[in-house]
Amino acid sequence: MTKQHANWSPYDNNGGTCVAIAGSDYCVIAADTRMSTGYSILSRDYSKIHKLADRAVLSSSGFQADVKALQKVLKSRHLIYQHQHNKQMSCPAMAQLLSNTLYFKRFFPYYAFNVLGGLDEEGKGCVFTYDAVGSYERVGYGAQGSGSTLIMPFLDNQLKSPSPLLLPKQDSNTPLSEAEAVDLVKTVFASATERDIYTGDRLEIMILKADGIKTELMDLRKD
Amino acid sequence: MFRNQYDTDVTTWSPTGRLFQVEYAMEAVKQGSAAIGLRSRSHVVLACVNKAQSELSSHQRKIFKVDDHIGVAIAGLTADGRVLSRYMRSESINHSFTYESPLPVGRLVVHLADKAQVCTQRSWKRPYGVGLLVGGLDESGAHLYYNCPSGNYFEYQAFAIGSRSQAAKTYLERRFESFQESSREDLIKDAIMAIRETLQGETLKSSLCTVSVLGVDEAFHFLDQESIQKVIDTFEKVPEEEEDAGEGEAEPEAAPAAGTGEQGGSGDQDVAPMEI
Repeated sequence: MTKQHANWSPYDNNGGTCVAIAGSDYCVIAADTRMSTGYSILSRDYSKIHKLADRAVLSSSGFQADVKALQKVLKSRHLIYQHQHNKQMSCPAMAQLLSNTLYFKRFFPYYAFNVLGGLDEEGKGCVFTYDAVGSYERVGYGAQGSGSTLIMPFLDNQLKSPSPLLLPKQDSNTPLSEAEAVDLVKTVFASATERDIYTGDRLEIMILKADGIKTELMDLRKD
Repeated sequence: MFRNQYDTDVTTWSPTGRLFQVEYAMEAVKQGSAAIGLRSRSHVVLACVNKAQSELSSHQRKIFKVDDHIGVAIAGLTADGRVLSRYMRSESINHSFTYESPLPVGRLVVHLADKAQVCTQRSWKRPYGVGLLVGGLDESGAHLYYNCPSGNYFEYQAFAIGSRSQAAKTYLERRFESFQESSREDLIKDAIMAIRETLQGETLKSSLCTVSVLGVDEAFHFLDQESIQKVIDTFEKVPEEEEDAGEGEAEPEAAPAAGTGEQGGSGDQDVAPMEI
C-alpha cells in the first residue's frame, strides 16, 4: 500500500520578487507589490518590505502569512533588545537573529525567502541573503523570489562582486552611486516583469542611508 | 505590642487582622529616594531624585520605559523594581504581538497587582519591596497609577512615593486640581518643583533629577539635562520667591514641610498603611 499523503498543504506561494544592493554608504532594497496565489492576483498593492530597525530592512517573498509571522517575531525581539541594550540593533546583529529565528523552525520552516538590507557598524551598505531555514551570507547584492532567476545573472554581470573568499580582502559593495543603483533596480524589475507573471504592478524602492530612509515608487506592467 | 510574634511569615495574620510582612515591605518603599508622578488629560510626567550610594558611584535608574505609551518610576528595592519592569515590558510586548495594539495601562497595572498579591499568600515567597508609579495611556487618555507591595493599586492625579515624599505630596495637594487641564510644560514644571520639595533646601540642579514625559502624541522619553535645567532656571533665579512663568498665583517658598500635611500621615504605627 502506498503511503497516504496529505490532501492539503500548510504552505502557499504568494509570488513576487525582492532585490537589494549594497553601496559604499547606502543600501537599496526593492520589491514589487503584487501578491498572487496560483494564477490569480490577490493584491496589486501589497508591500513586501518591512523596516525592522533604523539600519535594517527586511524584504521577503514566498508565503506572506509566514513572512508576516516572522516579521512580528523579529519586531518583538528587537523591542526586547532595545530595552536591554538601550540602542537599536545593528544590521549584522539582526542578520544573525533572523538566521537563528529561521533555524528555530527547521522542521516546519517559515516559507520565506529573505533579503536583509541595511548599514553595518561602519556605515557601509550591507546585504544578507537567506534560504528558508536560515543559511545566510553577507553579499554585495541579492535577489529572491519568483523573478530572482531572471534578475540575478544580470546583477552578476553588472555589479561583478568579487568573491569574499579571495585575498586580499575585497569590498563586495558596489562602487556605483545611489542614483545609478536605483536606476539599475528599476531596469531589472522592468525586465523581470516582462517574463515573470508573478512580478509586476508596482515597484517599491527603499533607500537606506545614515540620515534616514527614503521610499520611491514606480509603476510596472500590470499584465 | 504583638508585632514581633506575628511578623515572621507573610502567611501569618496578626490578631488585629494585619499582615506585618506586607506592611514591612511598604516600609521599604518609604526608604527609597523620592519618585513623583503627575498627569493631565493627555500627558503623564514621571520624575525622580537621583540618589547615589556614594560620591564614587553613579545613581541607580529609577524610571523605566515599558513601551512607547507606558513608563514606570519606582521607589524601594530597585532590584525588585527592575525585575518588575522587565515583566511589564514582556506583558506589553506579548499583548502587542497578539492583539496588534498597545496594552492599555489599566490592564497592565492589574497584572502587576495580581503578581504582587501572589507574593503575599505564599509561605516560600516575600512581597516585592518596591512601589511603582505607572504612567500610561489608554483610549480615554492619560492615567497614573500607584502599585504597592500589598497588591493594591490606586489611580491618582498626582502622587509621590519614597523618602521625604510627604513634602512633595503637600505641594501636589495644593495644586492637583489644575493638573487635568495643564499644558505639558506646566506639568513638567510642577513635577520639578515637587522634586525640589523633597530635596529640603538642597539647591535644585538638573543633575539631581531625572524627568520623563509621555503623552497622547508623544512617545515615552527622558528629558535631557539642558531642558530640565531650563525649567529650573525659570523659578530658581530668586530662591526666596517663586517666579511663576505660566500661572498667575504666586506660591510662597515652601519650607521643608515636615509632617505638616493636612491629612493624617501615612505610616502611623497603629493604622495599617494598606487601609489608607
